[in-house]
Amino acid sequence: MSKLSNIGHALYEGKISIDFVGRKWLWYSISGVIVLLAVYGLVGKGLNLGIEFKGGVEYQVSMPANQTTQANVTKIRDAVARTALDNKITAAEAPIVNTSGPKNIRIQTEPLTNDQATLVSTAVQKAVGVDSSAVSRDAIGATWGAQVANRALLGLGVFLVLVVLFIWAYFREWKMSVGAIVALAHDLVITVGVYALSGFEVTPATVTGILTILGFSLYDTVVVFDKVRENTKNLARTRQTYAEAANLAINQTLVRSINTSIVALLPVGALLYVGVVSLGSGALKDLALALFVGMAAGAYSSIFIATPLVVQLKELEPGIRAGDARAIRHRNRRQVDPYASVPVFSEDMPISEEPGAEPEPDRVDAEDERGVPAGSTSRPARYTAGERPASRPVSPSASAKRAQPSRKPRSQRGKS
Amino acid sequence: MASKKARPGRRLIIFGLIVAALYGGVALSGEWKPKLGLDLQGGQRITLEAATQSGQKPSPASLEEARGIIDQRVNGTGVTEAEVSTQGGRNIVVEVPGKNPKNLVDTVKQTAQLRFRLVAAMAPGQPQPSGSASPSASGSASPSGSATPSKAPTAGPKSSPSASPKGRAPVVLGGAHADKAKPSKSPSAKASAKPSTNPPASPTAVPSATPQANPAGAPVDQPLKWMDNPGTKWLKKFAAFTCPTGKQAAAPVVDNKNEPLVTCDGDGNKLLLSSALIEGTQLKKAEAGIPQNQVQWVVNLTFDSTARRTFADVTRQIANQTSPLTGQQKQFAIVLDGKVISAPTVNGVIPNGQAEISGNFSQKSAQTLANSLKYGALPLRFTVPVVTDEGPTLAADQLSAGLIAGAIGLGLVLIYCLLYYRGLGLVVMASLFIAGLVTYAVVLAMSQAVGFTLTLPGIAGLIVAVGITADSFIVYFERIRDEMRSGKSMRVAVEAGWVRARATCLAADAVSLLAAVVLYIFSIGVVKGFAFALGISTVIDLVVFFLFTKPMVSWLATFRFFSSGHKLSGLSPDHVGTNRPTPTSRPASAGGNA
Repeated sequence: MSKLSNIGHALYEGKISIDFVGRKWLWYSISGVIVLLAVYGLVGKGLNLGIEFKGGVEYQVSMPANQTTQANVTKIRDAVARTALDNKITAAEAPIVNTSGPKNIRIQTEPLTNDQATLVSTAVQKAVGVDSSAVSRDAIGATWGAQVANRALLGLGVFLVLVVLFIWAYFREWKMSVGAIVALAHDLVITVGVYALSGFEVTPATVTGILTILGFSLYDTVVVFDKVRENTKNLARTRQTYAEAANLAINQTLVRSINTSIVALLPVGALLYVGVVSLGSGALKDLALALFVGMAAGAYSSIFIATPLVVQLKELEPGIRAGDARAIRHRNRRQVDPYASVPVFSEDMPISEEPGAEPEPDRVDAEDERGVPAGSTSRPARYTAGERPASRPVSPSASAKRAQPSRKPRSQRGKS
Repeated sequence: MASKKARPGRRLIIFGLIVAALYGGVALSGEWKPKLGLDLQGGQRITLEAATQSGQKPSPASLEEARGIIDQRVNGTGVTEAEVSTQGGRNIVVEVPGKNPKNLVDTVKQTAQLRFRLVAAMAPGQPQPSGSASPSASGSASPSGSATPSKAPTAGPKSSPSASPKGRAPVVLGGAHADKAKPSKSPSAKASAKPSTNPPASPTAVPSATPQANPAGAPVDQPLKWMDNPGTKWLKKFAAFTCPTGKQAAAPVVDNKNEPLVTCDGDGNKLLLSSALIEGTQLKKAEAGIPQNQVQWVVNLTFDSTARRTFADVTRQIANQTSPLTGQQKQFAIVLDGKVISAPTVNGVIPNGQAEISGNFSQKSAQTLANSLKYGALPLRFTVPVVTDEGPTLAADQLSAGLIAGAIGLGLVLIYCLLYYRGLGLVVMASLFIAGLVTYAVVLAMSQAVGFTLTLPGIAGLIVAVGITADSFIVYFERIRDEMRSGKSMRVAVEAGWVRARATCLAADAVSLLAAVVLYIFSIGVVKGFAFALGISTVIDLVVFFLFTKPMVSWLATFRFFSSGHKLSGLSPDHVGTNRPTPTSRPASAGGNA
């Protein structure tokens, strides 16, 4: 594991640098392909909606009280599921079976045609040994009505508006809001598309899973953007282009992102594995799939989609473009003469003439918007921050680290 | 400048106290298992058969509307995870997890149609044995003084009008009225044929003269005028009506809001009421509560602006006025589901649109009524419900499989953290364990407080939330390492890294909380329950991060095992990656790098 931390350290220093921002078109095209697949799945295959959304069919089997047991419930459930598999009745593959009152067992499936319904009824009768008079059938409506969906969408809409405002306010950068929303949409489309392609049932549990993804994706994006903001705050001082600073930020948090993804995906992966392999069906499987795909997509999109997009948008700004050009020029100049910025000392130099104390006139740039003197990075360590001019006469001191103010002797004071 | 010394011990103690308080509360209530949902535990199933007001089969649209309203009533707080569906085009099926109090059926079944009408006349509901009916008016009626208005409850202008169902003197129509009406223009034959109930033994009221008595009555759509002059048709109906006694089944009252209504109140009096002035749909708020200085529960109603204006107008017009028809102070009536629950008189204008329904309400019945009123009136009537007990819908092994999967997942997380963070991984382990404990306690508390129900997806969601909590720790630990890489010692890095990590964690958790709050306010049903759970888990994340993890790390930093960078501490130089002496090397000369 220390190998990984060495890599982590190298990433932090910038010695190793994976070019996330530079290769953005590669990431965009990968995402584009996945999103296209997802949309094709949604449009072409459609979602497999559960009973709560579509309504369905309900059977009531009346049985004597001593036979209305959980064992019979399981028997009926297995029988119906098997019949559905054998006859390719997808609507009855995951029936909901439970006891209802002391003398009834209730079975719910998605809507069936008449033939399918008869097949299911026969299977039930055979499983517990009743005749057809004991089995009654009814249509049931959806529990998740249009009203719930509409209110949920309204809530989502309000939330998205508020999140855009919040990210804008916190990062002082509306382009980051755009990046976050694009990443979010990307994750949602992929998750829903995976559902369509895989044919897993969409239940209200799925909906809550997708909402969890929403939260997680934004959470991850905010953490990455926080580091990006920290790095891009002082572009003048560090002489980096925006893209480089952003890329360094991603690299510095790469270890954290990997760890977070692993830690978040491990429980979900366990749930998914158990749900698919050992149980075969049920609420666990549906929820776990949404969470797994969504969280993986969320972690991916924060790094590969959101930040390059923000960099792209920022580079459209004239201020950033000028700053980037300056940084590149500065770097080129440095490479020509690497010793150009080393100050040259001589004894008893007055402060004002000491190299590094005054801004190096950057003759090429007439307007320097950044306002920080260019030579400040090469200032010798003995001067602390504070480029303010001394308010009293100061003299260079040989022993103390800081220049000390000088005071005239008493006899000389008051006379200039 | 000396910085504040971190006080990890104090924070840990505060946190310990909070957890102890939580578990103390849980122990007090005695419930150690959370309320489980329909899929894990089963519950009750209530089947209601619906019919329109006239007894016909309901249309699909109105059945769906009724389903929505009942869904809101049952799922009011959104965390009980009850399911409401239609069945067979005629029934509504309500499935509620766990055992439920009896009044749940009442909440569900009650039509909750609320109307405010003006009282034109009031009389005992049953024919009185004393005296005989005297259809002719010739002076047999005793023109005694007015009834005892002092017994009638009055309404003050500021406070809400409260009415006690007892103590109102009945109003007598009849002979005296015809007597007075004779000198006026209307055909006296009709007037004398006016129905009269028998004068009771108690002092009767003399209806004051109605100079403009008109057999046809004032138009029905002007209730204020109509209450003074209902017309012969309605007075006849009123006389012929008798209230059902307790033994008889109440015939369904057809409550048409545009027509006057003859109905009964809780005391066996019958009332003649004008068409509806204000309806339940104009209610803005309905809450159960105990008014100040009283002990009985009441239901407080607040109306919207149009209703408030109507209410103010009407109360202004009828305040302290006596009815020309009955000689009594004018009253208005609050009609619920076709029965009068209260008919107070008015002392003054009520401008603020607030009313209060009082009566023999217990806490449960007041809350039931408020809950039923809040979401609107059902467009249908429901028959006596069939209640059955339901078994769980999920096979028993699903729950155990889910819990085992969660445990395995969390175990893997811990192993990874220990491997990668070594000593600090212990902090992760302790924090996750504590987060799990706190989550369990909060879920128990919420089960008691708001009926929070845990389904299998809910359990999975909570397991995932505990995993996401680990993310904030990872952010913090990586920050500590970053600070150490830029040259700080471990103890300084702990504090410096905290400042940065805290800001990041707060911002990210603010987004989650924003989602939870917005979704909780706007949505209904399953989404609302999800928002609640998300809010809880985010708050627990913040609490554990601030009050446990940070103090723990600060405290551990005081040990030499960590601060000197032992190999197994997770912060050793080669682990952090700074394979160079930690930056406390001092310059050789005393004067520094001069």
